[in-house]
Amino acid sequence: MNVTTMGTGVRRLDGPAKVTGAAMFAADHRPTGTLHAVLVGSPVPAGSLTHLDTTAALAVPGVVAVLGPGDLPRPDPRLDEVSVPPLATRFLPLQDDRICYHGQAVAVVLAGSLQDAEHAATLVRPHIAPAPFVVPADAPVRDATTAEGYAQLMPLTEQVGEPIDPREAPVHVAATYAQPDRHNNPMEPSAIVAEWDGDTLTVTDSVQHVYAVRDTLAAALGLDQEKVLVRSPHTGGGFGAKAFVWPHEIIAAQVAWVMGPGRPVKLVLTRAQMYAMVGYQPAMWHDVALGAAGNGSLITVRHDAVNTTAVTEDYVEFATATALSLYASPSISTSQRVRRGHVNLPTFMRSPLDGPGTWALGSAIDELAHAAGIDPLDLRLINHADTEPATGKPWTSKKLVQAYGEAARRFGWRTRPIGGTVDGQWRIGCGMADATQGQFRFPSQARLVMDRTATVTLEVGFTDIGQGPGTVFPQVAASVLGLRPEQIRVKYGDARLPFAGPTYGSGTTIGVGAAVLDAAQRLRGELARIAGWPADEVSCADGRLRRDGSQRVPFSRTDEDIPFTALMALHGGEVAVEGSFALPGGVPADAGPAEYATRTFGAVFVEVAVDPELGLLRLRRATGVYSAGRIVNERTARSQMIGGIVWGWGMAALEASTFEPALGRWHSQNLAGVALPVNADIPAAIDIAFIDEFDEHAGPLGAKGIGELSATGTAAAVANAVYDAIGVRVRDLPITPQRLLRRG
Amino acid sequence: MIPFTYERVGTVAEAVEHSTAPGSMLIAGGTEVVNWLRLGVHGPATLVDLKTVPGLADISLVGETVHIGPLVRLADVAAHPWVAQRFPVLRESIHLAASAQLRNLATIGGNPLQYTRCPYFRAEAETPCTKRRPGSGCAARHGITDNQAIFGWTDDCVAVQPSDPGTALAALDAVYVTRHADGGRRIAARELNTLPSQDAVAHNMLRPGEVITDIEITGTAPTSTYLKVRPRASYEFATVAVAVALEVDGDLVRRARIALGSVAMRPWRLDATERLLVGHRIGSAAAQRAIEAGFADAKPLPGNEYKITLARNAVARALRQAVTA
Repeated sequence: MNVTTMGTGVRRLDGPAKVTGAAMFAADHRPTGTLHAVLVGSPVPAGSLTHLDTTAALAVPGVVAVLGPGDLPRPDPRLDEVSVPPLATRFLPLQDDRICYHGQAVAVVLAGSLQDAEHAATLVRPHIAPAPFVVPADAPVRDATTAEGYAQLMPLTEQVGEPIDPREAPVHVAATYAQPDRHNNPMEPSAIVAEWDGDTLTVTDSVQHVYAVRDTLAAALGLDQEKVLVRSPHTGGGFGAKAFVWPHEIIAAQVAWVMGPGRPVKLVLTRAQMYAMVGYQPAMWHDVALGAAGNGSLITVRHDAVNTTAVTEDYVEFATATALSLYASPSISTSQRVRRGHVNLPTFMRSPLDGPGTWALGSAIDELAHAAGIDPLDLRLINHADTEPATGKPWTSKKLVQAYGEAARRFGWRTRPIGGTVDGQWRIGCGMADATQGQFRFPSQARLVMDRTATVTLEVGFTDIGQGPGTVFPQVAASVLGLRPEQIRVKYGDARLPFAGPTYGSGTTIGVGAAVLDAAQRLRGELARIAGWPADEVSCADGRLRRDGSQRVPFSRTDEDIPFTALMALHGGEVAVEGSFALPGGVPADAGPAEYATRTFGAVFVEVAVDPELGLLRLRRATGVYSAGRIVNERTARSQMIGGIVWGWGMAALEASTFEPALGRWHSQNLAGVALPVNADIPAAIDIAFIDEFDEHAGPLGAKGIGELSATGTAAAVANAVYDAIGVRVRDLPITPQRLLRRG
Repeated sequence: MIPFTYERVGTVAEAVEHSTAPGSMLIAGGTEVVNWLRLGVHGPATLVDLKTVPGLADISLVGETVHIGPLVRLADVAAHPWVAQRFPVLRESIHLAASAQLRNLATIGGNPLQYTRCPYFRAEAETPCTKRRPGSGCAARHGITDNQAIFGWTDDCVAVQPSDPGTALAALDAVYVTRHADGGRRIAARELNTLPSQDAVAHNMLRPGEVITDIEITGTAPTSTYLKVRPRASYEFATVAVAVALEVDGDLVRRARIALGSVAMRPWRLDATERLLVGHRIGSAAAQRAIEAGFADAKPLPGNEYKITLARNAVARALRQAVTA
């Protein structure tokens, strides 16, 4: 079949390039004369730099310079006008003597070879007057400042309905659920190459949004936007760590400016520096209290969330978004507060907000189910939110009930064995939880060009962070133009291309996809115009334009279709069209149409095995069924969901970045000390399905984002399954042997 | 990276001579030496590559003793029929060690010489650690202790030695045969790695210029097994590992050898348990008492008490596993 339809599981067009190493990533860019920059980090978490001893470092052959505070240009005042986010943090190292966290850059070593720069970096001696530091987890809980930044993104407190004391409800539960700091740990560390040519700056960067880098660097360096060229050919994973513009990107551009023309600067963060120079998901404590009537219907939901943040500014992890959105309740109370310590600033990490939120609420609702003697799935059906609980707005679309049913059927939930069934050394347990994620939308544009040979090129500056947009967007265009996706060339990852929204907030498909769809329809319309046919009477197939509506005008034409090549010969030049997806009011971002609530949903069921003698926890199988609008590519979507469940397993069972309280630093800053899931942890039995759905309100494509939805719910489902297996309620992640071991 | 010279040697004598010089260091598979160089644990002036010395990568059987050359790759040790038939515990310990890629590169002589995985020791930015910088103290002693020692630690060092094959070799009473400028010696596998009470700075008792030339394992241990406990299902160092080699008469233990990995700075033989198990049935109350006796001198750090429970349970499990395998 030559017709590509949306939904088809088209294989990744960039797959061969990625698995053969042909795909170029930022650090693969090696311009002539490149200087390698290596950052020197502060050995203490707080204090002030009194002196930078660079003598030994400068004596290393090949070293060109060692730069410290005072050696870099001041950022242009225009940087103050860039909001946080997309500027990741207002605190820019190497501008003064302040030290606010361990590993904060205090010097940059530049050499012609990476080896020389690395060696010299070990010889730089920062003299620091240390100051007392605050361990984030030990800091007092306080209100976040709303003067600027992340705390402004959502209300810090919400009261829906009248406040109700959960303890007055016939059935009630209250507990604190904790989760540790976790780093994003993309496979490819952050990397940037900065090149100046006169007053033009070109950066090759590993990011999730090239336009934010362009705008932020232009402001920081006092340049016009068109003087900053940003490319991000491929990004080797980001998970939020590359969403916003971090100090090392500004520093690289500043350093290249200082080094002068002909000396491009390459800065690749080490794995350890990925723990200090970019963000992570902060540690959280969730106080959740639920009160319900005897029949299980919720009377009140209370979620008070606290997360750690830096002394430099407040990052707020809005985990209470879930409590405001998931279960119907006449009374919902939420608050978000912070603990400030000497640590680098946290950031969004897959899945922000609802990842932590579904862990806490998904555990609490399971506890309520046990307290009420109601099956956890039934309790969710009882409390299904037909409209958004916080606002009463209708959903753009929601087929959660169908997802529950289909997931339960596929998993065999209603016929599951009684918890604690023995299999050798293992005790088997089953658990389930909701998956849900808020939706962000960003405007986008897209250009489609058909040249004289009828070759189609799609141009749009999205970034590929590995999830498949380089396949899905050609697929969208191909489905309209009657082509195969591989027949469409695609140019992306370059800020000179038509504007694309960022690859975060689960916002890529909904925004860029809509712009591509619009462009494809416009191109088809142009082809109709060339053919002299009404635009609404044509369709495309097999590289030909066909007139579908001709029967309405009998005998008007006899030639029912025309090859694109013939049309282009007739036209005598290329055809270029621009498509767009704009948000109401021209805003740069929203959370869906104002009159609706926009969200994705799903149900995750897991079966785990617990070895209580050895404290071991293993995943046996998982089923995830999702209500997420139209699925554009069944294959890449399925991969996203499997990857999300793996991500959730890491959150549930393995991952924790421990802050060393005596030294004031991350304990392990590598992938040996922080265990991420490996293949052996993940069974083949990960069963994924999507409910057939078209969200007509969320966007023209009918689709919504799924990349973050996939990683919600799993942690709670696992903890709930552990309780089913051995009767131990684990409220602190990750669920490690210490927490499972049978005592005595 | 600090510049260094790389040289290859053709004989053990050359290896001894070249690696005796200050600033010289031997390299075999290189999977661990490269870590040391990247972390700045060592900055050798010269790396002396053993891999070009002929005769160090063979496995032979002389009488009742299997001789394993120190340069035999871990994967090749595990695949060898004599190892599979005589020493299942060694084969299993290798299969559970590292990753397939590392097992194809790392050597059986090098693996027990790996340094502790203590995150304070392995820190990219140095922390107080006497193994990293002698006399700088031990940040782990009052720090994060989850995976630290429960046996044989001192205030100077609470780290553990993680080698899986090294633990199996200790249970098998293997002997490392070495050559050195002053001759050579035979080192019992259980004593290769040093406890902090012996030397808090060192990781093992090899001296500069001392080369392992042979690993001897005498007898057979068909009733033997290796149990590795770790949160991640693969490619992770043990929280606790147990190597067990039993001789049974019917269902009564005639001889037991038990070594724990990742609980002390060297493979930890449970001498009391081994002695008290003799004459008893695995799973009996007497056997459980024997296990308890092996932990009489276990001493937890604040925060790793769970490891004693875990290790005790793991020993019981490994004994059952050995007799039912």
